[in-house]
Amino acid sequence: MKYAYYPGCSLSSTGIEYDMSTREIAKVLGIELWEIPEWNCCGASSAHLTDHLLALALPARNLAIAEEAGLDVAIPCAACYARSKATEVAVNESEEMKKTIQEVIERKYEGKSKARALLEIIGESVQGDHIKERIHILLTGLKAACYYGCLLVRPASTAFDDPEDPQSMDQLLHLFGAETVDWSYKTECCGASHETSAKPEIGISILQKIFIAAQNAGANCLVTACPLCMNNLDMRQIEVEKYFSTKYNLPVFYFTELVGLALGIEPSKLGLNKHFVDAMPLVQEVLNRKGGEQA
Amino acid sequence: MSSVELTSLKAKHDAEIQKLTEQSGVDASKCYQCGKCSAGCPVAFAMDYPPRAIIRFLQLGLLDQALRSKTIWLCAGCHTCSVRCPKEVDIATVMETLRILAKKKGYIGDKNIDLFHNAFLKSVERNGRVYEAGLVLTRNLFGRQFFRDTGHGLPMVQKGKISMLPHSIKDNGEVKKIFENVRKRGGNV
Repeated sequence: MKYAYYPGCSLSSTGIEYDMSTREIAKVLGIELWEIPEWNCCGASSAHLTDHLLALALPARNLAIAEEAGLDVAIPCAACYARSKATEVAVNESEEMKKTIQEVIERKYEGKSKARALLEIIGESVQGDHIKERIHILLTGLKAACYYGCLLVRPASTAFDDPEDPQSMDQLLHLFGAETVDWSYKTECCGASHETSAKPEIGISILQKIFIAAQNAGANCLVTACPLCMNNLDMRQIEVEKYFSTKYNLPVFYFTELVGLALGIEPSKLGLNKHFVDAMPLVQEVLNRKGGEQA
Repeated sequence: MSSVELTSLKAKHDAEIQKLTEQSGVDASKCYQCGKCSAGCPVAFAMDYPPRAIIRFLQLGLLDQALRSKTIWLCAGCHTCSVRCPKEVDIATVMETLRILAKKKGYIGDKNIDLFHNAFLKSVERNGRVYEAGLVLTRNLFGRQFFRDTGHGLPMVQKGKISMLPHSIKDNGEVKKIFENVRKRGGNV
C-alpha cells in the first residue's frame, strides 16, 4: 500500500520519535510512505480560531499535492488529521466551497485524496495471519492506558472509531501481546492548547486527572497517537508531579513505538531513548521477558 | 448583571444572531438547556460562563455577553460537548465562530492566548511551517512570561527535539499567497 505522508511540524521537532517509529514500522509492514514535497503547516489550532477559510485552505494545499500524485494521505498527528479531514469534508459537501478553496490555494483539489489517521492505517495493515510471522517480541507485562485524546475520534460525523469509547488502539496492542486497561479518560482533552499558549494552570489540573485515572485503572504506561498529547503527558508530567508533590512515573509511548518494539526494531531507532519520563526501564523489562515468551 | 427586557433585545440582535447561525451552520435555538455540554467540558471549571450559558445568551439575544466572555477564549476545541449534545447542537463550532467574531470586533478575552495564535500564524506565513523555538520565545517575551518552559529547553536540544533555526519550505510563495487571498476575501488574519 502506498500513501502520501504528511508528518506535520511537530514530527520534525518535539514529536521526532513519532516520525522515526512511523517510518520504521511502515518499512516492516510494507506500507510505502511518500512524503508530500514541501508540505506546509496545517494551521492547527491557531488558524481555525482565527479564520474559517484560512483553516480550510492551509491543509488543502497539502491534500492537493497528494491528489495530484493520486494518493490518500497518512497523517500521524491527531490535530493535523482533524484539520485535514475537515477540509476534505468541506470540499466534498459544497461545490461553492470547493471552488473558493481552489481559488485561494491556486491549485486544484477535488476532494478525492482522503485524509486518513495513521492509527487506522496501521490497524488495517496488521489484520490477517501474515502479521504473526512478523512479531518478534510479545509486549507481555505492559498494562497500557490507551489515550486517544480529543481530535482523533471527534467530531463524530467523520470519526473512524467510537467517539466515546474507541477501541482501535486497544485492539492493535492486544495483537502484539500487551494488556490494555479500561478507563474513562480515553478521549478526555489533555489541555495541550492551554499548556502551550498561555494558561498552564488550567492544563496542569486537566493533566492531573488523567494521570490519576490511569494509575487507578492499574496502568503502567500511557499510549498516545498525538504529538501534542505526548508532549503534554510526557514532558509536563514532572511539572504536574512537582505541583502536586506526588509521583506518577508513567512512561508515555506512541503506539508506533510499541508496534516497532514488537516487530523487533531497535529501541533507539524508534526514539524510545528520547522521552522525558524514562521509558527504557519498562522497555528493558519487556525485552528481558522475550526469551520465555517469544512469539 | 442588571435586568434586561428580552423582547426588544432579541429583536435588536436578531439579524446578527441569524448571521452567526449561517456562519457556524449551527442552530442554537434547538438547545433545551440540559447542561450535558457543561458537565463534560474539561475547561468549564476555569470559564466565566459554562458552555450552556453561552448558548442561552444566543437564544435570548444577549450576543454581546457571549462575545465578551472569557469562555470563548478558554474553550479547548475538544468537541466533547458537540459529541454529547442530545439535540446535536455543535457547541464547539459555535465557540469557534464567536471567537472569530469577537476578535474581529476587537474584544480580546485573553491577551496572551491571542498573542500566541497570532505569532503562530505569522510563523506559518513567513516560513510555511511553524518554527517552535521562535514561537516559544515570542510567547515568553511579549506575554511577559520570561521563564516559562525554560527548564525544558536544554533537554529538548539535547534530545534533538527542537531546532534553533527556522525551517522554511520551497513553495514559491504559495503559502504567503494563501494568506493574501484569504485577506482579499475579508479574512481577519
